[in-house]
Amino acid sequence: MMYGFHWDLSNPLAFAWSILPIILIGLTVTVEATILGFIVSLIIGLALALLRRTHTRWVAWPTAVVIEFIRDTPLIVQLFFLYYVLPQFGILLPAFLTGALALGIQYSAYMSEVYRAGLDAVPHGQLEAATALNLSRTRMYVSIIIPQAIPRILPAMGNYLVSMIKDTPVLSVVTVLEMLGLARIIGDRTFRYLVPLTLVGAIFLILSMTASAGVRRLERALPKSGILLR
Amino acid sequence: MTDTQDPIIKFSDVTKRFGDLVVLDHFDFEVNLGEKVALIGPSGSGKSTVLRILMTLETIQEGQIELDGIPYREPGGHGPFHASAKHLHNIRSRVGMVFQGFNLFPHMSVLRNITEAPVVVLGLSKREAKERAMQLLEMVGLADKADAFPTQLSGGQKQRVAIARALAMRPRVMLFDEPTSALDPELVGEVQEVIRGLAHEHDLTMLLVTHEMRFAREIADRVCFFDKGRIVEQGPPAEVMVNPQEERTQNFLAPYLADRQAGV
Repeated sequence: MMYGFHWDLSNPLAFAWSILPIILIGLTVTVEATILGFIVSLIIGLALALLRRTHTRWVAWPTAVVIEFIRDTPLIVQLFFLYYVLPQFGILLPAFLTGALALGIQYSAYMSEVYRAGLDAVPHGQLEAATALNLSRTRMYVSIIIPQAIPRILPAMGNYLVSMIKDTPVLSVVTVLEMLGLARIIGDRTFRYLVPLTLVGAIFLILSMTASAGVRRLERALPKSGILLR
Repeated sequence: MTDTQDPIIKFSDVTKRFGDLVVLDHFDFEVNLGEKVALIGPSGSGKSTVLRILMTLETIQEGQIELDGIPYREPGGHGPFHASAKHLHNIRSRVGMVFQGFNLFPHMSVLRNITEAPVVVLGLSKREAKERAMQLLEMVGLADKADAFPTQLSGGQKQRVAIARALAMRPRVMLFDEPTSALDPELVGEVQEVIRGLAHEHDLTMLLVTHEMRFAREIADRVCFFDKGRIVEQGPPAEVMVNPQEERTQNFLAPYLADRQAGV
């Protein structure tokens, strides 16, 4: 029994059906962690990309180092660091928040590269026209560059969204009970791993495919030339 | 053209290099308020660079530039332009530019292309900006295209929108950088027609880089022939383009002069 649900071991189908409610509780954690992590990665990723593009060298250069550092260290190391080391400095975050934050930070480094490619792909003439019209640098990004970059970077962002969904099980190592963690506990208690793990795998498959389909729909819905942000 | 007033544009001993390549070589140049100047010459002679420097799209290595009595560089100014963002803003507010490649914003309607900067830079209300934009679209003959997107326009229409967009900022100086070079021949006329109309505006100072000799002669008060980063010869088109004194000018203008003689 778990969360008040009894499991039925009479046959695999009945077993799967009886543990589904538990796994779905884990699914909400997986989805919440993905959403929060993705939003964090979108925001920090954009910030990193913009900082890296500044003309001020003492800002751009350290930013590049930070991006490289985040990209080149394992997610799980970063996660442990946030979970076990930060409390030593008095920063105590709930496990779920720590996990989502770690996901978001790791992916922000990838995302900053996606943004960079998108921002670089906007033709230089657009920047010159914006300069000639006396738009400030901030305004140039908000009105001209980012709106034109978004349709170009959407497919790559979709890839990272799916990738992040598949990385959420890492959270189980810091005691966050998401789908995979719950499935393993069920396996540990019943000595039957096949059904819970298969179920979790199937749900991940459906989740990822749904996310991909959603991104593709968004791609089709957005005009290729760009969107207005204001 | 009056010689007594202070020039609105003044280049003094300006040198511009791209790496080892000298684009402007101790360059001096003055333009008076309301003057229409055509810059002609072979490719790479520095004429487009003059426009791009005036628009603050390029920096210079040496010399001084003034516009409306404002020096481009601030004493103690930082950055590639030796000037603060505020100072550059002040300079840019006086200059408008039309590019060879139009550079319209593809994600904005024609109307939005024209109203965006007046709203966010000049602080006009949306209604005021729209009124101003519609007047300008009327002037360039595209009032019916206000809601169209750039991809739906021909090259000539795009360039006319680009001209309206630049004018919406009410610049004192308009820079035209080969405005018809990217156009199909049959579309050149409609853009020239709009520029011709602007040439009648008394107070608007215009600099035109062009390879269309006939057009240059028609609208310019003065023609400057560029070669290797310097002005080799300049004067009223009736002199420079009919009876050039310098050999390089003669060579460059030979096809045009031959056409004229043949009565084409």
